[in-house]
Order: sequence, then C-alpha cells, then structure tokens
Amino acid sequence: MQKMIYLDNAGTTKVSASVKQAMLPFFDEVYGNASSLYTFGQRAKEQLEEARSMVAKCLNAQPREIYFTSGGSESDNWAITAAAQIGARQNRKHIISTTFEHHAVLHTLKKLESQGFEVTYLPVNSNGIVKVADLEKALRDDTCLVTIMFANNEIGTIQPIAEIGKLCRAKKVLFHTDAVQATGHVAIDVVAMNIDMLSMSSHKFHGPKGVGALYVRQGIWLTNLIEGGAQERGKRAGTENLPGIYGMAVALQEVVAEMKTVAERETKLRDKLFAELGKIPHSAINGDRTHRLPNNFNMCFEGIEGESLLLLLDDAGVCASSGSACTSGSLDPSHVLLAIGRPHEVAHGSLRLTLSKYTTEDEIDYVIKKVPEIVDYLRKMSPVWDELQKGERKYAL
Amino acid sequence: MLYSEKVMDHFRNPRNVGEIADADGIGEVGNAKCGDIMRMYIKVKDNIITDVKFMTFGCGSAIATSSMATELIKGKSLDEALTLTNQAVVEALDGLPAYKLHCSVLAEEAVKAAIKDYYDKHNLAYDEAQYCPGDCACCHMHDHFEEA
Repeated sequence: MQKMIYLDNAGTTKVSASVKQAMLPFFDEVYGNASSLYTFGQRAKEQLEEARSMVAKCLNAQPREIYFTSGGSESDNWAITAAAQIGARQNRKHIISTTFEHHAVLHTLKKLESQGFEVTYLPVNSNGIVKVADLEKALRDDTCLVTIMFANNEIGTIQPIAEIGKLCRAKKVLFHTDAVQATGHVAIDVVAMNIDMLSMSSHKFHGPKGVGALYVRQGIWLTNLIEGGAQERGKRAGTENLPGIYGMAVALQEVVAEMKTVAERETKLRDKLFAELGKIPHSAINGDRTHRLPNNFNMCFEGIEGESLLLLLDDAGVCASSGSACTSGSLDPSHVLLAIGRPHEVAHGSLRLTLSKYTTEDEIDYVIKKVPEIVDYLRKMSPVWDELQKGERKYAL
Repeated sequence: MLYSEKVMDHFRNPRNVGEIADADGIGEVGNAKCGDIMRMYIKVKDNIITDVKFMTFGCGSAIATSSMATELIKGKSLDEALTLTNQAVVEALDGLPAYKLHCSVLAEEAVKAAIKDYYDKHNLAYDEAQYCPGDCACCHMHDHFEEA
C-alpha cells in the first residue's frame, strides 16, 4: 500500500502527539464534573479555567472574554445572531458581510434576512481581498454588525482585519471575524486589531474536533445560546467537553509558539507548488499570491473538472480538495471562486492543497510530478479542452 | 465510498474514449457552466452502431456514465440505442448518488443527440419528440434537486 499524502489541512488537521497526551488524563483521571463542589470536580474546574486563560493569552484577550463552543460553525452562528439581537434592540437592522464568507456565516445571515434584517454583501477583488473603502461606503447609521472573515477557507487570502476593526470601532459598529482558518496560522491580537467577536475551531490547528471558542469583548451583551446550567457564565449550558477544551488550549499554545518557523517552512513548500504547477499551461493562482495563509495553495486548470482530478489524486494517495461543486453535493461551483470573478467553467476546475507542519518536501515533489500528468490525461478526454485547442472556444486563463 | 466499484472502474478505465474522425453522427450535450459536457461520436452501418467514442468534461460520474453508455449501445441498432434510458445506465453502474443522477441523463441525451445528428446528416425522418431540445439537462435537473 502506498503512503498517504495528506494535503487537506484546511479541511481538518491531525491532532499533534502532545495534544493527544494532554487530553488523555481527562478521560479517566481528571474526569470530574467542573460544576461539582467536591475537590475532584474543582480540579476539573481549575483545568477548565487554565484552558480558558491559555486560549485568551494566545489572542491577547481576557479569560472572561472566551466562551467555549462546539466549533467554528457554532461560534459564527452565536456571534452573528447575538450581534443582530443587540442591533434589533436599537432598531439597527443592517449587517455588512462579504460574498465569500463560509456558509456558517452566509446561512446565518440568510436566516436573519428572512427575519427582517438587511445584509450588504461586499464584493471581493479578483485577488480575494475586501476593500476597506467599500466597507466605509456601505456603513450606515443602522448598521449593527460587520462580519468579515480573517482568512478565506478556500483561497487563504488574508483580509485587512486591523483596518476593518479600526473603522468599525470608530463608527461604533460591532465587528465579528470568522478566524477559523487564520487562528494558529497567523498572529492575532484582538485588542490591537479592534476585534469585538472572533470565532475559532480547534481541529484546524492540530487540536481535537468538536470544540471551538468564541471571543466576545467584555462589555458586549451576549445572548444565551443554550439554556440550562451555569456553564460558560450561564450562556451556554451543558457539561463542558474538558478533554476537547484542554486539547484545544494546548494545541493553540503549541501552534502559536511554533508559528514563525512553521509558516516559513510552509511558505517555501507552498511557493514551490505555485512555481512548478504554475508551469501547467492555462492555469492560474486563485487569490493573492502573497497575502494568503502560508499553507494555502489554490489553482484553477482550464478545461478539466475538479472532482475527476481529486479522484485521480486520491488513487495516487493524495488527499486534496477543490472548490468543485461535485465534492460538496451541490452542482454549483465554489461561491468563493465565482466571487473573485472566475467564470463558472473555470471555477469547476480548481485544486486546493493545504499544508501543515507535517508536510515534507518529498510529498510536495510527488504532487508536483503527479498533478501535471493527471491534468494532461483529463484534458485529453475533455471536449472543452478540445474546443479550446481548436480555437472554437476562448481561453479564460 | 462515494461511488460504487463499477463507477470507479469506468472512471479509472473509461471504455471507448476518444474521437472518430469520420463519424457518421456527433452529439454534444451539457454545458461547461454546469460543469459537465459530453460529446459522443458514432459510426453507423446498416442501421447498426458499429463504433462509438466519447469525450467528457466532468466529474467522476460524468466520465463513468459516458463510458457505460458507449458500452451499452455499441453493436446495437439505432432503434435499440434510442431506447437506452438513464436508469439503465445507472443500474449498469450499480447506482449513483442522488445528486449525480443528472450525469446519467446527460449520457442518455448524448446518445440521442449523436443519433439525431446522424439522421439529420442523412436526411432521415425521425420523431422529434423523443429528443431533448438541446437545452442544458444538468441545469434542469439542478432545479429539480434544489426543490427535492
């Protein structure tokens, strides 16, 4: 059996060995309920609060500003819904977001639209970055929330978060950022960046699945998400997932400590992919070449469809992803690639490779050898490629 | 697995891939916007499909359904080939995920479009009603699935 090459770290990551070790005691040693009065339960409580401090420190936040959740989607849903409720109380029912957010944000906004909120979706540049000037123009007296992702999940482009935060703070509008892809990969300082609310997910940075956090700046009224016990300051009831929470805290601490060296390594390997796979004719990089997450590679290859490419890469032992509709069960191509102006037919032929600290140069070299072979094979049976070659159809790339 | 072994086999080793330079009929259905295009070439002798080739731009199931459709009509009479249904293609492939069924519809339509082209080129009469209007089937099916 051939070795598996895992290049879908934006999808999820491997739990690091030290994180796994740190989680183990919580299953059968420190398994007390953090809400219990006895010493054994209080030990769990101490660990819970230690985890909260660890997470807070990584973001330059205060421990009381961190709420543990089940992950990124929950954090996004909670933050946006809560901010909308604050807005509704003040009769401000306008929200600003972008066209290329994650569906956890887009679908929450859609729901709010059906409840009478108005949402402005800012366009993104062809390089996948929002213009702060567009945001400034879109802000209104009744705007209650700006929600813009820190870094895009498909193309990895990093948004001008500090500038957006500064503008929102000046205009007294709440600013939420979905930092699920960014956390642990790029430096985040919620104070310096004027971030009011931030979502993160543990399994994107070598922590366990099913756990995340929401940062909410002190002083912002956060609505209850789950009614019940007094966990998470009474706002999210339910016995805490301590193994997960502690695992996330250790994972975050670890990735923040290693950030610089890992980013340098990933950038080098990522740039090698861009340089080599960019030699494939009629291909193009999706999203800004440099203002992107160090581990994110995303390209389109004209004349082929992404799912076929992924299946053949899978046969070659490579776990990859695409903006291809087919993989997600929808027939539409990636809304992100459409948002940056890729035509439908080109958006269908994308490939996303996302690296991690475990990715080796040998693996990258193997992918650099395989991808052109597969693209060439698929193009040979593609009527679209045939038409492009014969001049019956115009190249978009 | 997303796909059956049969689908993966036809995807990995597609039968009858390529072009026929002197084809008697060529049919192309789907559109690139939807992400699937199938082009089918047929050679016809004495009303029998003696050879068939295809080219497909599309996902794994689009390639597999094209491949299977060519196998199902090769050596058959035109009338027999016209009775090929998308369900027959799906069954021969041991099933497809629901949201991929449109690929089998495209395969059926590609066969019909190639035969229609043959009839047109040879000024042969046929019943217009049995052919797809040449619209994008995948978009129709898309609406259909969105509602479902």
